[in-house]
Amino acid sequence: MSTLACRALDVTIAGKQIVRGLNLMLEPGQRLAILGRNGVGKTTLLHTLAGLLPPDAGAVELDGLSYAALGPRGAALLRGLLPQHQGDAFTASVLETVLVGRHPHLARWDWESAADERLAHEALAAVGLAGLAARSIHTLSGGERQRVALATLLVQRPRLYLLDEPLAHLDLKHQIAALELFSRQAGAAQATLVMVLHDVNLAARYSDQVLLLHGEGEHELGASAAVLDADRLSRLYGYPLRVIEQDGQRWFVPELPA
Amino acid sequence: MRAWRNRRQGAHLNRRRAFLVLLLLTITAATGLLLSLAVGSFTLAPGEVGLALIGRGDGMAQEVVRSLRLPRTLSVFACGGLLALAGALMQVLLRNPLADPYVLGISGGAAVGALAAMLLGVGASLGLGAAAFAGALLAMALVFGLAHGDGSWTQTRLLLTGVIVAAGCGAAVALMLSLAPEQQLRGMLFWLMGDASQAGDPRLPLLVLALGLAVALFFARDLNLLTRGPLLAATLGANVTRLRLLLYFLASLLTATAVTSVGSVGFVGLVVPHLVRLALGNDQRLLLPAATLAGAALLTLADTLARSVIAPQQLPVGVLTALIGVPVFLLLLARAPRVEPA
Repeated sequence: MSTLACRALDVTIAGKQIVRGLNLMLEPGQRLAILGRNGVGKTTLLHTLAGLLPPDAGAVELDGLSYAALGPRGAALLRGLLPQHQGDAFTASVLETVLVGRHPHLARWDWESAADERLAHEALAAVGLAGLAARSIHTLSGGERQRVALATLLVQRPRLYLLDEPLAHLDLKHQIAALELFSRQAGAAQATLVMVLHDVNLAARYSDQVLLLHGEGEHELGASAAVLDADRLSRLYGYPLRVIEQDGQRWFVPELPA
Repeated sequence: MRAWRNRRQGAHLNRRRAFLVLLLLTITAATGLLLSLAVGSFTLAPGEVGLALIGRGDGMAQEVVRSLRLPRTLSVFACGGLLALAGALMQVLLRNPLADPYVLGISGGAAVGALAAMLLGVGASLGLGAAAFAGALLAMALVFGLAHGDGSWTQTRLLLTGVIVAAGCGAAVALMLSLAPEQQLRGMLFWLMGDASQAGDPRLPLLVLALGLAVALFFARDLNLLTRGPLLAATLGANVTRLRLLLYFLASLLTATAVTSVGSVGFVGLVVPHLVRLALGNDQRLLLPAATLAGAALLTLADTLARSVIAPQQLPVGVLTALIGVPVFLLLLARAPRVEPA
């Protein structure tokens, strides 16, 4: 059974069509990258897939169940979302912030156990923040804060990861590390990934399928290797791109103005 | 030593530490209660207070403790807790550590109700209380209706609506003060500053406090999520819309109950939750009950001072909460932050 299934999905926001008639099936272990221009509706689509916004038409199902049938907590046990922005209105330690991700796993009057705390420390180590558990989140850099958000998502242990710009604020090394980390979740743990990305080369390398959002509800969906080419990407971004091949690997680079 | 090590490792709260903190605060609050019952124009030893409470010992002491001091002390205790809890909830609702129970115009509405009743010559505390409560509910309904207008119910919209309604109430209060006859002015000003001598039966505020705290604790971990933003809260399984409605009505009702009983006592609702957050962190499971106890203790203590410092004259308790709270707050603010860099 598909982890995520969309049938004839129509999504609009404020009168703007984002996708029309989207049919999407993602099996355990599959990775999908969503690419498109700024403001084309990638985040709105991701929130619709997360069950936070109702679609205009069509159905979204997790493991064959609608969000209505799952309920908020049932959904939280199956899918996790990395939001684009982290709202830190109040101060808290890094460890406390990561432990928030355990919420759906705890019963009403439960407190986080030693096992939950161990998971949080493991997740912090996985994103390279092992020594920072006691730090206040307000003292972190943008990239560190982003990795805390990744760790919060990891301890939630969902089967479907919906990542809204997971590489935002990350330096090159941590961009690769984050994608490797989630690809391992997809590989060993058979999780399913949906990622909004802006780096086409990393998208090509770390996704099995891509969904291109062209605007006006037009979209293309297919295997990454087949769909990604210079013409399509140039049209997608409204900017000329070129392919450079080296050692059997394709690299997309923008044509820079003279 | 272990606690210190835990802190260094950034250990979050656990149930045991929370219990110890709350136990300590309960003892403090109980001491405050005892002190409040013992101190006055007729000072009693703690033992005498205890005897009087169980209906034994000196008849005069029994009369003073059980009929005069106990109702007022319990009212003040309940209202301190109500205001601190309402403030803590309002801060979560608006995701703003500077929010207080009055920011959305509840106390303004209550003040308009109470002052109008005084102008119309309603003297009895029951009528005055009813008028204040009606005013508070009216302001609450007005803010809710206007902020909810197009169904968006955003923080900014709610906050702005509340602030504007509060400003309107402020103008109405000023108008009534300027129209009021001389002999009523003092009573009105005292009500506005928070006046515990008018406090009626403590049972209702105590009941509301107990129920309110129970409801708030039931949702405490969901509130923790809400402080992280509505989007994250929703993905982790909280029903954000329902939670916000609950918060709004709960905080408003707690506030309305408190101002009805003791008037617009300032400061407790803003500073106590803030102070508790500085000292204990932001986990609502500890913050809510701790703020409730600390608020109750602070207001009880302030009221004891208010009626004994320049006895037989009484000060408005709201003035003393500020006089005690400001230096304590500044001191805590100047201290090193709780979660230090590793």
